[in-house]
Amino acid sequence: MAILLDKETRVVIQGITGNEGSFHTRESVQFGTKVVAGVTPGKGGSDLDGIPVYNRVIDAVEKQGANAAGIYVAAAFSPDAILESVEAGIKLIVCMTEGIPVVEMMKVRQALKTSPARLIGCNCPGITTPGAGKIGFMPNFIHKAGNVGVISRSGTLTYEVIWQLTNLGIGQSTSIGIGGDPIPGTNFVDLLALYEKDPATDVIVMIGEIGGTAEEEAAEFIKSNVKKPVVSFIAGATAPPGRRMGHAGAIISGGKGTAAEKFAALEAAGVKVEKNPAQIGKAVQEILTKK
Amino acid sequence: MKIHEYQAKNVLREYDIPIPRGDVAETAEKAKEIAASLKTKVVVKAQIHAGGRGKGGGVKLASSPEEAYAAAKAILGMTLVTHQTGPEGKLVQRVLVEEASQIGKELYLSLVVDRARDRECVVFMASEAGGMDIEEVARTSPEKIIKVAVHPAVGFTAFQARKLAYGLGLDKAQIAQFTNIAKSLYRLFIDKDASLVEINPLVITADGNLLAVDTKINLDDDGLFRHPELKDLRDESEENPLEVVAKNTGVNYIKLDGNVGCMVNGAGLAMTTMDLIKLAGGEPANFLDVGGGASADQIEKAFRILTSDPNVKTILVNIFGGILRCDRVAMGLIQASKSIDMKLPMVVRLQGTNVEEGRKLLKESGLKFEVADELFEAAQKAVALTK
Repeated sequence: MAILLDKETRVVIQGITGNEGSFHTRESVQFGTKVVAGVTPGKGGSDLDGIPVYNRVIDAVEKQGANAAGIYVAAAFSPDAILESVEAGIKLIVCMTEGIPVVEMMKVRQALKTSPARLIGCNCPGITTPGAGKIGFMPNFIHKAGNVGVISRSGTLTYEVIWQLTNLGIGQSTSIGIGGDPIPGTNFVDLLALYEKDPATDVIVMIGEIGGTAEEEAAEFIKSNVKKPVVSFIAGATAPPGRRMGHAGAIISGGKGTAAEKFAALEAAGVKVEKNPAQIGKAVQEILTKK
Repeated sequence: MKIHEYQAKNVLREYDIPIPRGDVAETAEKAKEIAASLKTKVVVKAQIHAGGRGKGGGVKLASSPEEAYAAAKAILGMTLVTHQTGPEGKLVQRVLVEEASQIGKELYLSLVVDRARDRECVVFMASEAGGMDIEEVARTSPEKIIKVAVHPAVGFTAFQARKLAYGLGLDKAQIAQFTNIAKSLYRLFIDKDASLVEINPLVITADGNLLAVDTKINLDDDGLFRHPELKDLRDESEENPLEVVAKNTGVNYIKLDGNVGCMVNGAGLAMTTMDLIKLAGGEPANFLDVGGGASADQIEKAFRILTSDPNVKTILVNIFGGILRCDRVAMGLIQASKSIDMKLPMVVRLQGTNVEEGRKLLKESGLKFEVADELFEAAQKAVALTK
């Protein structure tokens, strides 16, 4: 068991014939993911290593039973690609694309509100359930199946944390990067609720960063809704205000969104706050041995 | 991306939002000409990417073209220090010369993106406490700020304009003007992919009309690809020279004040590396994210940027190889160290894809550096080397 992605997940890759799309499709297949179709408008009828390519997402749904989508298309076309999957009835949409204008994401969020589809990303490394598959580009070798749920706004920092866990012999139920954009499709709160309900998850690791209020909202939610132990780290305690730290969402503006505020909110919600990111794995280990 | 006041006002003009008559000058002679053509009292305003210009001596009134000449002469070329520039200040290269407005009352009006969950929309903020620092108003008297959230699919509506206008205590004629201005501002915000549009003050002139006397527009970097004309408004002289070089080579770099230079892949891990340096008792010299698909060439360029900061005493390389392979990073490091004759001590921490090949390459290169396996160990070693 896990959340969102399991053995029943049948993936269509939008942008499968591009450089990134084809490379990460092959990696995902090696990881055991059921990639059942690809979509590139204009390339319908071709294939990638035997995976059929269609012109439209709806064809992948009707002919191959796709129920999840991974998106590797340019920023200018990604909002449309997301909406196409929503319309086709895809339940889990994961968009890796970086650099989508905020104005477009406001509209996409509106469309998602009236649909059962869940969007992860954009600008994210994706989702991995060890033993079932992955959508996105987390490196294959870092994972190990187990009972820790990992959620993060970052990419490589997520790998770092998963790798720390794996090296301590601690496996993961599902690991998810929600992305570094100001308006993500899925937020900490949504996933905390899913992990709380998931019988395969015993401990949750939440990696936040400066900017916005997602961590404060998570703290508020944890206080009354999450019984499972949560370990958390916030990146960017040393970041100067007013500067975008790589991610479009990682910016302290108007004195709001600092790491100190977020650490304090999480601590007040009973979260095990770990200020040394090299110790996150150990903090989880301590909780697991006490159990 | 930030743009200058005069550039922002050109955008407002495009949307028929009333602004004072005027033009931009790079010389005192041009400032005099503009003042002469306006045939009225003028205000000469320094054009830099920072607020608080008036207090720093960057805004002067002039009642004749000769006075405008003198004011421009004094402001152009000065290094203006305000609460937003930092102690080093900013060199003034241009002034905006505008007709001085007969101010009756000062209002505040802005549009920003609300990122919070289940809001995700553009929000108008208006206040009768114009001309002041709005963050200060928000702290001390939040009831003085009127907020209106615009539904992304519905757009800005007339009743929302009225809600703001009546809240600001405007009269009937002004409400019509205000509604037009607010509607245009929303259109501008969406059309141009703005991240902030602020008019402070929005002035009610002595004769009762509305006028955007000062304005600030920030643009969403991610929207620039579809606005080539706005991309051209970038003023590289306003940015740190090393950051300009970095941006033009596709490396994410922000200069900081410390002495441990760091090179990392991924923004989150780069921030974390800075935090670890601080935790180990040091100060990071920069934020640097080489990106996920960096080539050996890009690594070399990043390295050059890092080492051209004279404050850097030691270098910490922290790479978690995923898509970016460790052997490629090692090749870039070797290439860079050889071509720039690096003398600074270096700590390298590699993990992930092809880590063994990467470590082997570094070992055989004959370069001097310390290896660290763990995150914190790497930071501690780097900090120790600065002492």
